[in-house]
Amino acid sequence: MTPPRQRVSIRVRVDPVACDAYGFCAEILPERVRLDEWGYPIVDGTPISGELMELATRAAAECPRRAVLLERVVPAAR
Amino acid sequence: MSAMALDTADRLLRRPAGITGPLDLATHLSVHGPLSVPHRDDRSQRTELLHAVARSGLLGRGGAGFPSAVKWDAVERTGRRPLLVVNAMEGEPASAKDRVLLTYAPHLMLDGAEVAAAVIGAGEVVVCIADDNHGAAASVETALAERFRAMRSRRRITIERPPARYVAGEESALVNWIDTRRSLPSLRIDKSVPLTVGRRPVLVHNAETLSQLALIARHGPDWFRTAGTSDAPGTTLVTVSGAVRHPGVVEVELGTPVQDILARTGSDAGLAAVLVGGYGGAWLGPDQLMTPYAPGSLAAAGATHGVGILIALPTVSCGIAETARIARYMAGQSAGQCGPCVYGLPAIADDLELLGAGRADPGLPDRLTRRLGEVDGRGACRHPDGVVRLVRSALTVFADDARAHAAGHVCRGHAAATVLALPLRRPTPVRPS
Amino acid sequence: MLATSSTAFWYTTRATGIVALILLTATMVLGILTAGRAKSRAWPAFAQAELHKRISIMAMVFVTIHVLTSVLDTYVHLGWLSIVVPFSSPYQPLWTGLGTVAVDLMIAVAVSSALRQRISPHTWRGIHWLAYGSWPVAMAHSLGEGTDASKLWMDAIAAVSVLAVAGALAWRIADHTRAKDEALRVGATTRAVPPRGAPPVGRQVPTPSGRPPARNASSPRVVTTSTRLLEKDRP
Repeated sequence: MTPPRQRVSIRVRVDPVACDAYGFCAEILPERVRLDEWGYPIVDGTPISGELMELATRAAAECPRRAVLLERVVPAAR
Repeated sequence: MSAMALDTADRLLRRPAGITGPLDLATHLSVHGPLSVPHRDDRSQRTELLHAVARSGLLGRGGAGFPSAVKWDAVERTGRRPLLVVNAMEGEPASAKDRVLLTYAPHLMLDGAEVAAAVIGAGEVVVCIADDNHGAAASVETALAERFRAMRSRRRITIERPPARYVAGEESALVNWIDTRRSLPSLRIDKSVPLTVGRRPVLVHNAETLSQLALIARHGPDWFRTAGTSDAPGTTLVTVSGAVRHPGVVEVELGTPVQDILARTGSDAGLAAVLVGGYGGAWLGPDQLMTPYAPGSLAAAGATHGVGILIALPTVSCGIAETARIARYMAGQSAGQCGPCVYGLPAIADDLELLGAGRADPGLPDRLTRRLGEVDGRGACRHPDGVVRLVRSALTVFADDARAHAAGHVCRGHAAATVLALPLRRPTPVRPS
Repeated sequence: MLATSSTAFWYTTRATGIVALILLTATMVLGILTAGRAKSRAWPAFAQAELHKRISIMAMVFVTIHVLTSVLDTYVHLGWLSIVVPFSSPYQPLWTGLGTVAVDLMIAVAVSSALRQRISPHTWRGIHWLAYGSWPVAMAHSLGEGTDASKLWMDAIAAVSVLAVAGALAWRIADHTRAKDEALRVGATTRAVPPRGAPPVGRQVPTPSGRPPARNASSPRVVTTSTRLLEKDRP
């Protein structure tokens, strides 16, 4: 029997060391990123799909410190 | 492997009666027995040892509790000759176990380092001791000289002295310091990819973990499992301080109830609470003191076994005030790289100090809860997470006090002397200026 | 034929030069404001950055035309080499040379920005700082070389440009000093600007800030992780 196909999901992550609180990501992708009281991103780890993918890619590209990462989450093999 | 019968609660700290200083090489061998370190080319012996460690179920004694055998696997897969780093930094002010181990039983740690290095194929070992811990460094230096004279070392073992800061003992910060002389943690997304210095993978082990390993290599995994529980086998070192008559380091079987450990150090009845695990750990209330000291049981009680720390809080003290002091200290110990930690921890400390002084504004409880939720998990390392865990446990265990303080009452404990070991000296810079 | 089109070239050179200067000024002011985190809901930072990029590209287009027409204009002899080699033009070597320096710096900034994803952020930022040099050089070039230099309207344009950039710089320096003091007080190595009006941060023994670790160009943007590991990661 063939093993079930792994569902790969993509989610947004921020490298907190690189982040300098420019806030571009929260402006471009408010569906997943909001800012705390000091201007740093709080990321919602819900997977991205469809139209949000384009915005997420844009957020990763526009970050002046390249702190926004798109993480491919692979479910662990049994 | 020998089948010596040993007193199960006295393994690492075992010593002949009457000897007070460090064990020299000869005494060490007479107490623990001989050790044969497998040669680099002896694959079968190396594999046998690897299996022994896996069977022993040895968990790291440096705070994260990671299974040692799994760590070795990750390094093995890179195919390059790794570097072994012994983490004896002991950044927790309330911990003295690594200091005690290195000062009194340096050869045990060095044995463990040799064994680990042999199994993973490391040619070099670096022992990291904080730059303010001169006693331990001197003891290890003496022990290394002894071993060199007796031709017991097959690999290069050097001592490094990173700065004595709380986060300097964090794994990635330690490796970063060895590599770049900057004690800064880095974001680790995939823990199965080992840290590196240059192109060499690095294996970091706590000094106590390696000392346990030295005993497993001698007496076997089955012997190791005769102490402790099936999930948490072996013994562990616990530093007990606070309201006890004989504060110090004791060796206990994992799974020993907290109150029994306290009883060994002379704790009087009637404690307000006990701080478990370290400044990034958690408080246990007086009704939780039969909790076994083991990772699983402590986690179920909302705590963590951390690096083996118990601080007994007497009823005359104010738990909120003490927690505020810890939060302020931890805020100052941030590596300063991540906004939520740099700005969030001092803000949390602010709120706790206001609360402890009875000067809380009406919005403080909600604000503090919100900030705790927002700071948690948003740093590159686990430093802010520990503070959040500690403060949350304080607000639970000292809930009545918190309510009274929020209403403006100040307790007498606020002015009581602290039971915490907080360093009085200025923290050293994270990099040489 | 060349003699009559020389006037057309000359008008085009002057016009494109002035427009390029105005666009460069706008680019500078936007860049300074974005770096200083001057943003609001109506004026989002990422839009400022986008605008900054597009205006700079427009400026480069006008500069290109300006450079081409000035060399093609035979009324004065500049030579093709003088486009990139400073102070090598027979006509007004100093003022033309300054223009050349500005163009060289702009080329460096443009190329590094085009290759931004392939070079380290550190390198990109270092080269981008050259922009701070290219604007005053361009301004000096236009005042020294420009044939409209002494006219009132040109003076007005120059004055407004200088005031705009000087004003933005003054604001930035003052704000940066405030941010650095605040960051030093909490021992931050992160280079962020603490928000104005943020709740006061507690008394700290200041710890000296260190440089953030250097990031190399090959840091992965998309990483693969096993979910099991991520769960185990949490204490």
